[in-house]
Amino acid sequence: MKINLKVWRQKNNNTEGKLVEYQLDKISPDMSFLEMFDVLNGELTKKGEEIIAFDHDCREGICGSCSMYINGRAHGPQTGATTCQLHMRSFNDGDTIVVEPWRSRAFPVIKDLMVDRTAFDRVIQSGGYVSVNTGSARDANETLIPRSIADEAMDAAQCIGCGACVAACKNASAMLFVAAKVSHMAVLPQGQAESTERAERMVAQMDAEGFGACSFTGACSVECPKSISLDHIARMNREYLGAKLTSTNVQG
Amino acid sequence: MAWVTQTLSSSLGRKVIMSLTGLFLSSFLIVHMAGNLQLFKGDNGRAFNEYTYFMTHNPVIITVSYLLYTSILAHALMAWVLTRHNQSSRPVKYAYSRPEANSPWSSRNMGILGTVLLLFIIIHMRTFWYEMHFGSVPMAEYDGKQYKDLYAVVKEAFSQWWYVLLYVISMVAIGFHLAHGFQSGFQSLGIRHTKYTPMIEFVGRYFFALIIPAAFAAMPIYVFLQVHGII
Repeated sequence: MKINLKVWRQKNNNTEGKLVEYQLDKISPDMSFLEMFDVLNGELTKKGEEIIAFDHDCREGICGSCSMYINGRAHGPQTGATTCQLHMRSFNDGDTIVVEPWRSRAFPVIKDLMVDRTAFDRVIQSGGYVSVNTGSARDANETLIPRSIADEAMDAAQCIGCGACVAACKNASAMLFVAAKVSHMAVLPQGQAESTERAERMVAQMDAEGFGACSFTGACSVECPKSISLDHIARMNREYLGAKLTSTNVQG
Repeated sequence: MAWVTQTLSSSLGRKVIMSLTGLFLSSFLIVHMAGNLQLFKGDNGRAFNEYTYFMTHNPVIITVSYLLYTSILAHALMAWVLTRHNQSSRPVKYAYSRPEANSPWSSRNMGILGTVLLLFIIIHMRTFWYEMHFGSVPMAEYDGKQYKDLYAVVKEAFSQWWYVLLYVISMVAIGFHLAHGFQSGFQSLGIRHTKYTPMIEFVGRYFFALIIPAAFAAMPIYVFLQVHGII
């Protein structure tokens, strides 16, 4: 396959970036999108040029590293998949493919296609945890959880924190990510102890990071590699409003 | 009280304000439409004028009307604040983006649709509300009682084709605005349920986005056709 690429090149967060064109002639349709980038970087190395920086780790769709905005969509044209799960057979011979990093105030570009997603880590640190007794391991079936609730929690817990929701949202809102994290603990008995504080703290941190508000366009859920439902956003709204109305925290 | 201001200025709190004011404005549309259906009565405006008399003299209606004005202003102002914030959340835009692949047009253009509606409301209130309250409206007499003849003002305004067109376009805008806005308002309040969300979506799509705008658009068209002797 012949592929024309337009890739965002940016030295660091303090310099202006631009789209740079590359041509690749011998691309196999069976290559993953990241393998195509490996080929390109190999050619750049041979020519003595600086390689394109991009995030990748597991290459099996569970780490959430491979953040690329491909042809106007987060992780490219496929739904329910990450960039590493996208194959070149999804494109046609001779296609021009535009590749950009996630665009968000809260995700500054580190270099080329790499963005700093530590804003998500800080949101998790603010309330995305449960308190447990340390010491000897507890019995696996000590707390019985009905199957339907476990499934609901698992649907939300599938979130890999890739940031596609932020990238796809017209407001660069992190609502689906934060909602998934609030939701998967809100439905489980283990999550009840910190339930009210969790929603308050995580939403406050989400706002502090500079993410936008939710317009409920549904773009996040469509582009989410784990297809996390908008139901979780509604649950977070309930959790948050409930917490605000009933918690004893009068300072905000 | 810090928690109140903090809650209402959070991203979720702002959406709650949008939701509550928006849903209140939606409920007002039902009353407004039902009342204005009197225009179709063909009694040369008597029922309509009696209705407008009631609407401008009933103390409960007058109190609610102030809530209505406040809601319009709060909804518009909060939309502006949210839009500014949302735009600042993505300082560098994508060179190439295909949002149509993942979201409906109306959901992404609520601000533009809302601006059209705000302009419409200003023109609409200048023509009818302002004239009724502060202008010189001719009088009509029914059973020895004097009424402001707002029907005459309606007839005059809707005898102009461009004014009718402006109304029809604005009603298309309100249709798209409510197609997304009505169901979205419930989402912001966390009201989402397997049983009720399909009902909310149905009411939003068909009643608020289709029937209400169509009924409102039919009024200027009907009056125009009547004034010009076409029907």
